[in-house]
Amino acid sequence: MAKNFGKWLISGPPVLYLIVFFVIPTCIMVLASFRYAGEYGGLAPVLLRDASGAHLNLTLESYQEFFSDFIYSWLFIKTLIYALVTTFFCLLMAYPLALLIARSASKYRDLLVLLVILPFWSNFLIRIYAWMILLGPQSAFSAALNGFLGIFGVGPVRLLFTPFAVVLCLIYVQLPFMVLPLYANLEKHDPALLDAAQDLGANGWQRFWRVTFPLSLPGIYAGIALVFVPVLGIFAVPDILGGTRGIMIGNLIKQEFLEARDWPFGSALSIMLTIGAMIIVGGAALFAGRRRKGDV
Amino acid sequence: MSRKLLAASGIAVYAFLYLPLVVVIAYSFNNSKLNAEWVGFTWHWYRVLLSDDIMLKAAGNSLLIALTASLASTVLGTMAGYALYRYKLKLLPVLVMAPLAIPEILVGVSLLIFFVAINLTLGLLSIMLSHIAFCVGFVAIVVRSRLSGMDESLPEAARDLGATPFQAFRLVTLPLIAPGIIAGALLAFTLSIDDFVITFFTAGVGASTLPLQIYSMIKIAVTPEVNAISTLLMLLTLFLIVVASRLSPDSIRGR
Repeated sequence: MAKNFGKWLISGPPVLYLIVFFVIPTCIMVLASFRYAGEYGGLAPVLLRDASGAHLNLTLESYQEFFSDFIYSWLFIKTLIYALVTTFFCLLMAYPLALLIARSASKYRDLLVLLVILPFWSNFLIRIYAWMILLGPQSAFSAALNGFLGIFGVGPVRLLFTPFAVVLCLIYVQLPFMVLPLYANLEKHDPALLDAAQDLGANGWQRFWRVTFPLSLPGIYAGIALVFVPVLGIFAVPDILGGTRGIMIGNLIKQEFLEARDWPFGSALSIMLTIGAMIIVGGAALFAGRRRKGDV
Repeated sequence: MSRKLLAASGIAVYAFLYLPLVVVIAYSFNNSKLNAEWVGFTWHWYRVLLSDDIMLKAAGNSLLIALTASLASTVLGTMAGYALYRYKLKLLPVLVMAPLAIPEILVGVSLLIFFVAINLTLGLLSIMLSHIAFCVGFVAIVVRSRLSGMDESLPEAARDLGATPFQAFRLVTLPLIAPGIIAGALLAFTLSIDDFVITFFTAGVGASTLPLQIYSMIKIAVTPEVNAISTLLMLLTLFLIVVASRLSPDSIRGR
């Protein structure tokens, strides 16, 4: 009895706080997706009173709107493509770096890991702003690229406010999320395995593809999940760097809440995004689990 | 993979990570209105910053929010971390992890609907309440990891020697995990002062913070004043992170 009392005393306040400021808001958002929009933005009342009494004022309109115009599905698909491309390039860039750190002398490893984490502790907006400067029309980078293209007679290209700028910056902000789980995995590999493979006649390339890479798959899956899911909801990167062609689903959600003021539709989009992300992650986890079982 | 190729690609990735930030810092000292050509060294943009009342007001708000949010979330997060360590709970682990796992924009918009539904005027208070909600989980994780590194026999010995459970906690456990709690508080402070997405949705028109101010400057008129405030903010974050990682080396990995 006394023990249970202590348990409730300690866990009660944080549980209560998170229920009020996380669970209830989420539930209200789910409900909001079935409500009508208010006359002046916001939401119409849930209960309507008339001569026959009070009745529920709910609708599937927001979801119907989503499926009625392909433009919304296309935005989802586009967001998925951006997330996939970002994840792929993060993996491509993170793998050699994680391997390098894992194979460095142990006294340098912590420092090398810290160097990966440090830039991502700078403010999110500052990192986006940095790319705005780098990709701007007057930047040295743009000038060099256009000078190079000019040799082949290709006209000057604009980098800022394009999908290219969005994906490049997404790779930049997500890269540490791929490096860390990969490194955590690669660091644990037993070097004796590579020695054994070498003794049995495997060359460097074979040792990588047949020993290191298969062993690192759990790290790869973890990195993919950490990079892929947050990208789906990002709006600041396309908002600042994407122009009109580079927008993602997050921008539409932001717009529905702050500019169009169609909260039910914004809520419906948010829920579709969550469900989409859950299906993808669940599917990937299932796939990874089956793979691992199959390997044994 | 050959070692040289590996080293070269590693250096290239480090350059990719740091070059953009170096450019931001360098241009904060550039004597030109454009972030294009290097003209000469100046402190001008820092002087502009210090006389920018709107920016200073936003900085004051950011500090106030971060102090309140880190204090409250440290208390709640320490309780949560201790409860996670001490008891087998079903609900709390989910509640602690879920806000960290779902996209930030969803936390932001759901809190916006919530505050409007309960008729709370959007402003400093709504921002603080939101920041506490997402900081609790981070503090809980840091405190929990510090607790699991603690020798369990120490509070038990105190109990054997006649201490009440509360005394054993206050006199033995708490001093042992204090570095973890301080690291958690610094982490919460950093996350709060840097937060953009959740603040963006819960701020309303009344209150502005540094990240919101930076955002509107980027969107409307970019001057190197943004570089100056960015540089200062990076220095502050760097300082806090170094202190926090000294106190609890594992806590800073993988936010």
